[in-house]
Order: sequence, then structure tokens, then C-alpha cells
Amino acid sequence: VENVRLLDRLSSRKAALGTLYLTATHVIFVENVSETRKETWVLHSQISSIEKQATTATGCPLLIRCKNFQVIQLVIPQERDCHDVYISLIRLARPVKYEELYCFSFNPKLDREEREQGWKLVDLNEEYNRMGIPNNYWQISDVNRDYGVCDSYPTEVYVPKSATAHIIVGSSKFRSRRRFPALSYYCKDNNASICRSSQPLSGFSARCLEDEQMLQAIRKANPGSDFIYVVDTRPKLNAMANRAAGKGYENEDNYSNIKFQFIGIENIHVMRNSLQKMLEVCELKSPSMSDFLWGLENSGWLKHIKAIMDAGIFIAKAVAEEGVSVLVHCSDGWDRTAQVCSVASLLLDPYYRTMKGFMVLIEKDWISFGHKFNHRYGNLDGDPKEISPVIDQFIECVWQLMEQFPCAFEFNERFLIHIQHHIYSCQFGNFLCNSQKERRELKIQERTYSLWAHLWKNRADYLNPLYRSDHSQTQGTMRPQIAPCNFLYKFWSGMYNRFEKGLHPRQSVTDYLMAVKEETQQLEEELEVLGERLSNLQKSQLNDNKVKSKQQDRSKQVGLSTSNNSLANTPQEYSNDLKSFPSRSPSQGDEEDSALILTQDNLKSSDPDLSANSDQESGVEDLSCRSPSGGCCLPSEDSGKDSDEAVFLA
Amino acid sequence: MEFAELIKTPRADNVILHRPFYLAVEGTLCLTGHHLIFSSRRQDNAEELWLLHSNIDSIEKRFVGSLGTIVIKCKDLRIIQLDIPGMEECLNIASSIEALSTLDSVTLMYPFFYRPMFEIVEDGWRCFLPDQEFELLSAVTDEWRLSCINKEFSVCPSYPPVVIVPKSIDDEALRKVAMFRHGSRFPVLSYYHKKNGMVMMRSSQPLTGTNGRRCKEDEKLINATLRPGKRGYIIDTRSLNVAQQARAKGGGFEQEAHYPQWRRIHKCIERFNILQESLIKLVEACNDQSHNMDRWLSKLEASNWLTHIKEILTAACLAAQCIDREGASVLVHGTEGTDSTLQVTSLAQIILDPRCRTICGFESLVVREWLQAGHPFQQRCAQSAYSNSKQKWEAPVFLLFLDCVWQILRQFPCSFEFNEQFLIMLFEHAYASQFGTFLGNNENERSKLKLPQKTMSLWSWVNRSEELSKFQNPLFEANSLVIWPSVAPQSLQLWEGVFLRWNRPSKFLDEAHEEMINIIKYNKELQAKVNALRRQLAEMETDDRMQENL
Repeated sequence: VENVRLLDRLSSRKAALGTLYLTATHVIFVENVSETRKETWVLHSQISSIEKQATTATGCPLLIRCKNFQVIQLVIPQERDCHDVYISLIRLARPVKYEELYCFSFNPKLDREEREQGWKLVDLNEEYNRMGIPNNYWQISDVNRDYGVCDSYPTEVYVPKSATAHIIVGSSKFRSRRRFPALSYYCKDNNASICRSSQPLSGFSARCLEDEQMLQAIRKANPGSDFIYVVDTRPKLNAMANRAAGKGYENEDNYSNIKFQFIGIENIHVMRNSLQKMLEVCELKSPSMSDFLWGLENSGWLKHIKAIMDAGIFIAKAVAEEGVSVLVHCSDGWDRTAQVCSVASLLLDPYYRTMKGFMVLIEKDWISFGHKFNHRYGNLDGDPKEISPVIDQFIECVWQLMEQFPCAFEFNERFLIHIQHHIYSCQFGNFLCNSQKERRELKIQERTYSLWAHLWKNRADYLNPLYRSDHSQTQGTMRPQIAPCNFLYKFWSGMYNRFEKGLHPRQSVTDYLMAVKEETQQLEEELEVLGERLSNLQKSQLNDNKVKSKQQDRSKQVGLSTSNNSLANTPQEYSNDLKSFPSRSPSQGDEEDSALILTQDNLKSSDPDLSANSDQESGVEDLSCRSPSGGCCLPSEDSGKDSDEAVFLA
Repeated sequence: MEFAELIKTPRADNVILHRPFYLAVEGTLCLTGHHLIFSSRRQDNAEELWLLHSNIDSIEKRFVGSLGTIVIKCKDLRIIQLDIPGMEECLNIASSIEALSTLDSVTLMYPFFYRPMFEIVEDGWRCFLPDQEFELLSAVTDEWRLSCINKEFSVCPSYPPVVIVPKSIDDEALRKVAMFRHGSRFPVLSYYHKKNGMVMMRSSQPLTGTNGRRCKEDEKLINATLRPGKRGYIIDTRSLNVAQQARAKGGGFEQEAHYPQWRRIHKCIERFNILQESLIKLVEACNDQSHNMDRWLSKLEASNWLTHIKEILTAACLAAQCIDREGASVLVHGTEGTDSTLQVTSLAQIILDPRCRTICGFESLVVREWLQAGHPFQQRCAQSAYSNSKQKWEAPVFLLFLDCVWQILRQFPCSFEFNEQFLIMLFEHAYASQFGTFLGNNENERSKLKLPQKTMSLWSWVNRSEELSKFQNPLFEANSLVIWPSVAPQSLQLWEGVFLRWNRPSKFLDEAHEEMINIIKYNKELQAKVNALRRQLAEMETDDRMQENL
């Protein structure tokens, strides 16, 4: 469709005219401005909703909301075209078969071996070995070999040695969806462990000997402690209501030596609505501070994040400080349980704060234990009531911790954002389906690529410059401040306003420090080379023959040093507003693109906000309306920063 | 007066000091004329706490049996608690502190008694004189002159003795304009934008009154700053409504009819008690110990602090936009021109002028646009967030300005030579200090108090390399461009360094800062080494070649 206008969400006056293309996998908008041809690509699988609004004089507006929080507003001149686009997108955004998803057609031009290597990057058996398992207390069980006991569990499950197959099967029959207690994390320093399950089918009075034995076995696997905590992550009221349906929670009287604890994390429906409300706030055109803060509070989002963190902190404390094992469950044990177990693991074990360790953590607590990625993130068309930002919340918890412990994580914010992006993108096979069983049936590993390998290949982009493996913050258990701590939880604009770059700090400390570190490395190398040459030169002072070769050498060095300089200057160019100093731009060199992007962001943010409240009274609209750049649009690429994505999309 | 008269009990033993995130410490408490001194008696790790009485905002006492407890709340927002055995001692100490922290005579304040223990390299009182500023200006334009009309503070009591005005306006005209402006604050030059020659002026409101008085000289003065055929903008920091109401009290705003070349824009920036209450509510919210997330956000919202930040920044951005993007001159004023006006003019300069983002330039900005411009520091900063007495003149105007600077610094972390600590230091010294810099309400009062002779300048202390190194931003890379901050709510944050400073352990953030410094330091060291080696190599090669030539 031609002559489509892409509106700038922050300013209706700045719209780009271009052509809209629909392909099998993407919506593509290409601007008409001939020298730049700026392109905006959106994967169909990212589309969360499409809204056709009332036709106006200028055309028919189409609003596309994406799961990665991008909002695209298009105006299509002809109502009929708009309708066609709308109908096609509705179909394209809601595939009914896995085979329609992008990962089955996506080809990063890797050969078979590389693909297989990629899938081997994260190996859970290796991970349990790292934890020190199997050992005297824990063993691998093949009871779920053919998914015979629990179809949403992995085939390989770690259980206490004293738990016989009989006990496991018995316990599984007493647990919702047969999700029996299994090991999530083991602390080899004190034998305390985190186990996970679903709720027991206790109703008002039912009990199950095998289930009681199972919990006994977990306790015995930690000889240093004479009880275990059972943490129900639901609000007490929800858990009690479940009893009427024959489900519920453990009765302390029936289980010997357990301490039962509720931690009120709300269910997926509450969370879905909460996110919805928060996104409405993010989408407000020019909100006042009160609108924003009030809306943020009203959404309850940060309260929920804090609840998840509190649960994680409680468990980490039980394991690390009290040396007590914990069994965690919610209803089915695949949402809140996954959140809480992974937050607790992250707090306990510095390994999960490394890039590789974080991949392992998601593989362990989310992918292998049957978190329902397909249902929660709506990869295939399904029940909208199943959709909920469960892993988004976990990812945000990690970000909140990164803000409090800036040196503790090997990876940076971008790493988290890209993982979130790909959970929805369906570009890689990792997050497909609802369980390991389904993935095996679909032969995901043979037909798609692994995100982990892709991220690992680009790991330089995801490094936190402040991380040092020997830093005190990277050692041992992380202990976030408990009280008062409300103010520690902050709105994450880097995620929820991800595509409004104008709202973010214009200079990135992370990028700056990475550039410095990179330069440092080059300097170290150069220092070595120079030192060598110096000693050579001293030796050869008497030998005239070598002079020529040295001079050649020297010119090479000069080249290197200039490239160093430009690297060091990168962030400086970022912030600025080239328009005012056109003479600068020719010297920008390679950096020109990114500098320009940021320039436009500057304008984007500053002028509409200024004009927002400008005085109706004094009638001076025209000043505030005019863009400071004189309405000139600079080229920019939406995914400019996500260069790795761009490569794949192109 | 002798301070000794006020100190009923100069010393108490076995006092226990409680602070958040520290273990309680036992020690001795001493009171001197200007300080409360607590020293732990432990031999291994002797610790001393010195607190200026003038830093104390409020003091509460309570008793459990004969054990008294006093809670001291400071202007820098810290709260400490002292357990003092003995009811009488405790009462005495509390009343002494109360008396000493509320001395009403300026000349009894600590700066008049403070003797520096450091060597003065440069006298801060002579660092930022208007003549020096004018010299810089005359290098680029000759359209302005220095006027000594206010030499004896006879024309305008809140202006400095010398001001910069358009060359074409003589002192006689200035006198007339002064009569037409509130508090005689006639329009003067605030900033000259070298890039396009546009200027920012500031003044107070015109005294038009209800009958629309006009003043030809006033019109002539501000028109003198316009290029032929160009228009200018008047940014009134009050809403139109407030400005209209001001006419009833003899104030007002520039009528279009008399200022046809100017467009007026009203921006609503709050003043006085509204700001003070906002600060009190914000600090209350930050000190709230409850675990309720909703309560925190609603209290933060209800304080309106960030709303004020947004309003001030927006007005400043608008002024900067008029100058840089519209190529127009700007006049900024509110009512008196001593509060919101200065917030706008000084922030606009930070956006526009890279010099203001250096340490020296920022100090100069504070001197020009706040101290010399007559922001009444003594009135505004007499009390802070814990004060019980509701006095009319207190308002965290300067703190809001520093907060806005911090917001820009956060968005452009590599464009400022100074760091957050520098801003926090200025906040502390504006409220309580051993230096005389922030005493008095204007230059007139400062000269009467003979502050330059009798007290030490803050700048004399700060501008020594030992101190400066603490305030330098390791990420700084000179940036000669205009920086446009975002004023969207998502981009503005609570200034934790000030408001949560005493409520959160800063260890992990400090470590991160240290790490950052080390990364950059190591890089610089390597660079120096590489350069030295290169030079050495180049020399040797030249020697080589010379030998070859021989």
C-alpha cells in the first residue's frame, strides 16, 4: 500500500510518508525519503493487537500494538486498503499452527553442525552436575521417561534418593496436573535445596501417604535441618478457595516437620490486567507527572514485582541463612513457582548472574519445567485469558536487582530486553510450545535455531562493563535491602517505553564504558607491541638494515591509534544535536548513523513535551508548535541499536 | 553574647548514637558554640560525628524513665537519635541545641568564627566578578555595557553594584525603568548566546497596575535587544490568571499593545509555601517505613515534587528553544524575579552553554544567576523539610534548581564536568555551612555584613585540587553542543542521592562508581604509557635516521 503515513506517537505533526508492505513474516514500512529509505520492520508474531479507528479526512488510522511494547500508528489513505491490511494482519498475527511461526522459516545461514552446537550450549545435566548432583542425597530419576507420570515435566527429574518410584508416582497423583515435587536448586555448601511442585489435591481433608513421604524425603536430603518450608506463593484466600475444588494446600498437621507459609502473589489474570493498565499509562500522549504516577500506582505493577521479589528473598534467606530446604508451589506450579524459584536461585548463586548462567536458569526453571510459553505469550492463536506477562515480570525483577547491584551481573539491560523480545518473536525455537514433550514431538531442535547461541555469539553487546568476576558484589548470596524498600522499585522505561528512545538518557554510561574498555584492551596490545619494538630497536641501533621495515610498522601504528580515538569519542557524539553544528557531521565518520538517530530522538522528545502545556491564553501556539529543527526529519532506523536483529531481519 | 550562656550541659557521657544502617555506638557528646560533637570511646575504631547546629532543622525529645532520647532532624535530611542517660542532662542538652540552632543574628553564625585549616590558593570572593564576565562578553559583542548605576545599591537593593545592560540605554533611562519594575529589578542581561547573538534577559514584573501604566524607557530597553524585524519572547513564569491578578496589587505583565514586537508565554511555576509543603511531603514519603508499594507511589505523587521539576525544566527548555531554535531574544520574569525567574534563566544556560556544564562555569553560574542576582538564600534556606515553624519565606527554590540540573546530568551523564556529589555539596552548603557564600539575601546585605572580609568563601575551599577531585565526573567528555533534556514523566526520577541518601545503604552504588573511576583511570594510564613509548620510539628512530644520513 502506498502513501501510508507512519505517525510519531509523541507528535502528530511529524509523520513519515511511505509504503507499507506485508510479507509472510513481517510488516514493513519504507519511508519515501529517497536518500534514507528508513525502514521499520515488525514481526507478525510481535503483534499483540490491531485496532482500526474511525476514518478521518486524512485517511483511515490503524493502530498496531506489539508485545515488545512498540506501538505503531499508521494512516492509510483508502478505507478499503486499510480494511484489507487489517483483515490480513489479524490472520497473520494469529497463526494456528506452529509451522506458521517465523522460526521455521528463519535461516541465519548456519550449517547443521553449527545449529546443533547452538542447541548444546545450555545443558541441564551439566548444570545439575555443577550444583553437585547427583550425590548422596539426590539422584536423577527416570520415572518420567516417556512423560508417563507428568506430561509437562522434563524426562529427567532430580529427586531425593530416598524417594522411590512408588513414592513419586503416588505423590504425583496427589498433585495438580501430576506435578510432583522435584529439585530446582541445590546449595552444596549446606545441602539446603529448593524444590517445586503444584498444589496438593487436599481439598478439605484428603491426604496422601506417598506425598507426605515425598516431603519427608526432601527434608531428609538436608540432614542439617529438621524441617522444611512449604511456600505457597498464592494469596491465602485464593488457596483456600481452591480447596472447594478438591485442591488446596498442605495441612501442617498431616505433614511432619513442615512450616507452611503463604506469600501473596496474584494470579495471571490480575497480572495481565495490571500490565494492561501500566501500558495505558505509557501510551498517554503527554501525561502530567500526576497522571503518570497515579496511573503507575493504580496499575499495581510495581506492587506485584515487589511481591515476587519478596518471595524470592524469603526463599533465598531460608536456604542461605537458615540452611532450610524449601518446597515452592502455586496452583499448577508453572507460573509463580517458576518466577519465585528463579529469583531465589539468582539471589543465591552468582553463576546465574553471568550470561551463560542466566540462560541456564531460564532453561532450568522455565523451559524444562513446562512453563506454558505458547499460552502465556500467545504465540499461536488461543485463549486470550491464558496470556499473561509471567516471564516479563521475572525479567523485570532481574532489572530491578541490576539497578540495586550495578556490579553484580555480567550482562546488561540490553541482554534482558533482547531475551524478552525473542520470547515473543518466535524467531528461535527455544520458547515454542508449552512443554518439553511438545517440543520434542515437533522436533524443534532439528528444525529451528537456538536463541542462546545467537546471544552468545553477540555477547560483546551484552556485557556489563562494571562486572568483574572477582568483585565483592559478584560473590555469594545477594541480599537486597528489605525495609524500607518501596522506593527501590522503579518504573522500567527502558523496557516499557523501549521504542521511545527520546525518553531515555541520551548518553549511555554502559556504552561509554564498554568503548573505554575496548580501547583499553587495544592500548594494552599496542603497549606490548611498542615495548617489543623498543627493545628491538635498542638492539638494532647498530644495524641500519632494519630501518625500512620499522618505518612501515610505524605507519600501521598510527592507523591504529586514530581508530582508538574515534572509539573513545563515540558516546560524546551520541547525545548531540548535530543540526546546530552542521560542520561537525562530516567528521562523524562511521558514527554518523547512530549520532543522527539520537539527534532525532532529541527533537522528538523535547519539542512535543514543551508544546504540551503551552499557553492557550497568550495565543502563542505557533512557537511551541514548530519543531525546533524546522520540521526537518532526519534518517533514523528503529532497530538501530539492535544491530543483531537488523542483520537477521534484512 | 557568649555561647557558653546557652550551653547548659556541655558534655554528656554514655550517650548512644543511632543512625539507620549503622550499629548503635556509645560515646561522649559535647556541645560547642557551633557544633554538636559525638565521639565514640572505642579505642580500636574511634569515630567522630560533627554536626553544625545550623544544620539542625528540628529536635524532638522523649523519655522512658530517666533515659532521655533526642531525635535530631537535619536540613540535609539526615535523622539521628541520641540516647542520653539522665533526665536533666537530656533536657539541658535538648534546650541548648534548640537555642544554638536557632540563633537569629547572622553574625553569630559559624562562618564568622570559622578559621580555615587549608591553604587558600585563590580567594573565592574574587573569583567571579561581573567585570570578568563582561570581558568575556565584550570579546564577542559591543552592544552591551557595564553600568555602575547600582553602585551604592541605591537603585535596586537586590541587584549587584554592576549590571550589564544594552549600550544604547543610559543610566537615566535605567532609573526610570527601575521605577516601573517590581523591587526596581529592571531588565538586565542574563545570557548571551554566541552562536546566534540572541540574548536572555531577566527582570521582575512590570508595574502596570489595573490602569495599564506603561513606561517608554522600559519598552525601549527591551526592544534594544531585538534585531531589526525580529521578534522576542517574554516568558512569564506565572499562569496568565496569576499575572492578571497581580495587576490588582500594582503588578502586571507586558501588554501586547505596548510591546508589539514581543510575544508573551505564560508558564506556571509554583512558589513559596507550595514548594515548601511539597518538600515536606516528599521527605515524609521517603521516610515512610511501611512496606506498602501503593502508599509510596501515591505519596510521591501527592507531594507534587516531580511535577514542579517538570514545570521548571519545561519552562527552561522553552526559553532555550526560543533562543537557539527560534533565533529570538527572551525576557524572563515572574513577580519579583528572584526565584522562578532564576530557575529558568540558569537552567536554560545549562542547556545552551557548555561552559555552564564545567565545574568553574557552574560555580560562576551560581554566583551570577543566584547570589548576585539576589536570590534571598537566607530567607529561603532558613529551614528545610523537618521544620515545624511555618514561615512565609522558606522555599526549596535552589534545591529544585539543583534537582533539575541532576535530571539533565542523568540524561547526559557524559556532558558534565561535575558529578552528583558536587550538586549535593551545594545543597548542603546552601542550608548550613562554615563558609559565608550563601549568607545574606543579596549583595547589598553581604557587603554590609562584610562577608568577603570576615568569612571564607565556599569557592576558596572547593577549588583546590584535593576537593575538586571528589566532584569530578570521570565520564566527562567536553560537549560543545546544546543538550535537550526530555521532560516526559518517564524521564524524570526522584533524586535518590538527596532524598533517599539516609534511607538506603549506598555501598553497592558507591562500589559501582569506584569501578567506573578505575576503568577510566586505568585507560588514561595506559594512554599515557603508550604515548610516552611512542615518543621514545619516534626519537630513537630520528636518531637512527640521522645516523643513517651521516
